[in-house]
Amino acid sequence: MAKHKIKVKVQGAEREAEVESRLLLVHFLREVLSLTGTHIGCDTTHCGACTVLLDGQPVKSCTVLAVQADGREVMTVEGLEQDGKLHPIQEGFWQEHGLQCGYCTPGMLMTGYALLERNADPSEAEIRQAISGNLCRCTGYVNIVKAVQHAAAAAKQRRTTAA
Amino acid sequence: MALKTTAEVCGMGHSMKRKEDPRFIRGQGHYVDDIKLPGMVHLDIVRSPYAHAKIMAIHTEKALAIPGVLAVITGKTLEQFNLHWMPTLMSDTQMVLPVEKVMYQAQEVAAVIATDRYIAADGVEAVEVEYEPLPVVVDPFKALEPGAPVLRTDKKGKKDNHIFHWEAGDREGTDRAFAEADVKVKQDIYIPRIHVASIETCGCVADFDRAMGHLTVYMTTQAPHAIRTVFALVAGHVGLSEEKIRIISPDIGGGFGGKVPVYPGYVIAVAASVVLGKPVKWIEDRMENLQADSFARDYHMTAELAAKRDGTMTALRIKTLADHGYADAAANPSKFPAGLFSICTGSYDLKHAFTEVDAAYTNKPPGGIAYRCSFRVTEAVHAIERITDVLAQELEMDPAELRLKNFIQPEQFPYKSALGWEFDSGDYPAALALAMKTIGYDELRREQAEKRQRGELMGIGISSFTEAVGAGPSKDFDILGIKMFDSAELRIHPTGKVIARFGTKSQGQGHETTYAQIVAEELGIPAAHVQVEEGDTDTAPYGLGTYASRSTPTSGAACAVAARKIREKAKKIAAYLLEASEDDLEWETGKFFVKGAPQKAKTIQEIAFAAYTNHPPGMEAGLEAVDYYDPPNLTFPFGSYICVVDIDRGTGAVKIRRFLAVDDCGNIINPMIVDGQIHGGLTMGMAPALLEEISYDENGNISGGSFMDYLLPTAMETPSWETAKTVTPSPHHPFGAKGVGESATVGAPPAIANAVVDALAHLGVRHIDIPITPEKVWDILKAKGVAE
Repeated sequence: MAKHKIKVKVQGAEREAEVESRLLLVHFLREVLSLTGTHIGCDTTHCGACTVLLDGQPVKSCTVLAVQADGREVMTVEGLEQDGKLHPIQEGFWQEHGLQCGYCTPGMLMTGYALLERNADPSEAEIRQAISGNLCRCTGYVNIVKAVQHAAAAAKQRRTTAA
Repeated sequence: MALKTTAEVCGMGHSMKRKEDPRFIRGQGHYVDDIKLPGMVHLDIVRSPYAHAKIMAIHTEKALAIPGVLAVITGKTLEQFNLHWMPTLMSDTQMVLPVEKVMYQAQEVAAVIATDRYIAADGVEAVEVEYEPLPVVVDPFKALEPGAPVLRTDKKGKKDNHIFHWEAGDREGTDRAFAEADVKVKQDIYIPRIHVASIETCGCVADFDRAMGHLTVYMTTQAPHAIRTVFALVAGHVGLSEEKIRIISPDIGGGFGGKVPVYPGYVIAVAASVVLGKPVKWIEDRMENLQADSFARDYHMTAELAAKRDGTMTALRIKTLADHGYADAAANPSKFPAGLFSICTGSYDLKHAFTEVDAAYTNKPPGGIAYRCSFRVTEAVHAIERITDVLAQELEMDPAELRLKNFIQPEQFPYKSALGWEFDSGDYPAALALAMKTIGYDELRREQAEKRQRGELMGIGISSFTEAVGAGPSKDFDILGIKMFDSAELRIHPTGKVIARFGTKSQGQGHETTYAQIVAEELGIPAAHVQVEEGDTDTAPYGLGTYASRSTPTSGAACAVAARKIREKAKKIAAYLLEASEDDLEWETGKFFVKGAPQKAKTIQEIAFAAYTNHPPGMEAGLEAVDYYDPPNLTFPFGSYICVVDIDRGTGAVKIRRFLAVDDCGNIINPMIVDGQIHGGLTMGMAPALLEEISYDENGNISGGSFMDYLLPTAMETPSWETAKTVTPSPHHPFGAKGVGESATVGAPPAIANAVVDALAHLGVRHIDIPITPEKVWDILKAKGVAE
């Protein structure tokens, strides 16, 4: 199997590795870089547990090859917390009981994060639409919606305070 | 229940933020696939394309020739150690790997072990298996017909496909009541095969230390202690001894009953680790998970209800055929082959009832586990709640009125049901009344009448369920002979902080928080200072694990009792420190004080410190307690759910407009977590009601074997659930709680089905089997001439 040298910026830091053509991005993150926060739930792009950001866009990393990430930027759940401070989306999930078993949570967080990046004040319908590619078996989504709303409100507050 | 503790202590009734969440929101949960041990190798499984076939040959040479492939294990490998078959929890047997024939599509046929998971998958592709197809038995009714091919040819003398017959109640008395009844209704109800589909699949890392003969298995199990004992019993003859087996259940990504059984993959991984002397990881993919792991339900029921003309129910009769696949691999308590199906008299004061279940072998995966419910309670509740609506329709009576007329009344508790249960407590009329008032039932009925005039299809469905959870009292409940108590071990450290260990295992239920709150309530030590641990058989006290809503009724109770034992000792220490008589001391959350002199007090922290530094002469040092709690009875949570649906005449799609769940689970530890459990349960109730089904064609080919065609609810279909509570404490539980995690999964499906049937009732529709897909509804709309 052919190997390829790839360079991927992960949470802003350059990472280099030699990978097989067939290596999936999710396995690159989990097994080569030991970033096990990104989970695998289905292998077929349905469940969204493996959602990460590729150049800022949420993608399901079980259906992206590691070589496709060459020269690009990846952000995983491990990149949300900055300088020991939780991101509002993380605070929102904790505060609103937006998680139970925690397995879908990293994917949900990344999808929620990406939504808030493009829409700072989403409606419930917009949140539900955004997370419709992420399956959760525990929460019934009600508190996930609240968690994203909580994060939106907190981010707004942070902006106001900063201004 | 009034709060007894401050927000700082955070005892019962506080919506404490979860203690486990800081790791999960950072992606630092520790699930089985996150485990990486030095020298670890990977296992992947060759599976059968046939539902029933003889294995003529397995060619492994090409696989073994792939660089990185270390071994291929077949049934013949395991046969040398007599490990090719294993017992199920129901005293049946199932194959680990087959030697002669396969019994269902996707059955394990061989295992490839390789240095990397990709190479293991290459190895699986390279294994060549020669099969000779055999006749396939898919329909359980046909399986029991004379002349049907006998599937379990491994069982000497077995001449048919019948597994068991089970019955409960008074057959003759029930028959007589039916003969005398004014009104009788009868309905065939099928609850299809479904799968729990937790977002994390199953897997393990088996690590056998050859030098010390010590086996550690990190595995996705809801019942680590029981699994260790099973391993010791099954593999004792090859030298695995219980004290040298350590099962560690790390963070689990959802269980719902699917992580109770021992699957062949676990056993093969253990065998591979023993053979190779290396840690072996096995992680299922989603299709393997859906196609081969234990299924739930698959009950073909015929329910009959007899009543007087005024609507008084007089007798219930339910006959069921259960399709168990090729082995009875249910996870029921030993004496309950059909689980707790005899809860099927529901919330109604039925004087006569009889139920019987027969089970059949077919060429499908083995199982009969629960899908987030206490052992067949969902099947039972669906039957009674559906047939109640059928009766209402027959009598032209409002379904709420019929329920209110027949409820067991609050003063009848403890109530002995016709099928032998003693319901601990309940107030069914109050729950339904609250639901009707909150949702505006009468107004909804008016709206429905108006809409019918306009040809719009709107339905209102009720389900007033009663569950039986918290198995269970040792006189009736055991698994493989092990009684279904559960345990708690509390150790108070010198500075007044606590480590608390339990025989259960959370899979998302929030035990690290709720158990800490129980300790806080009982001892006044802040929940933040209580470290909860579960899932490691080397450290936690023995227990049967978490399923069937049993953790709060059993280990939660054990926690309170252990805390009270600690309080007894603390009182003696306080008396010594205060130079007072024990009789003169009073307890107020977190401290003992001298009656009439509240300034003379010792806090639990001061007492804990003294237990290690200044304990009374003659007393053992330390402050700890263990309790193995044997519950005197099950707990019987209940509720009334009301669902409002609108049906699209153009597509047949059912939209849940509103869904209100009124639950009563007794006293509540953490309201936020209880609501979370209800939300999740409702969604897992909606799923089989509207979406999920696994079915097979006549050749035993699966439909619903991947997320392409096994449809889990997304945020789009799932409504914004509404919840409310009544509180009727359990009289026998130490703090009056009942299990709650599964109430909504049990209660929701009939509320939804009843709502859809209600929307179509005026067209003559009496019943629709779940899942109620748009296609099924569309066919009805077309047949009734109302499709748009």
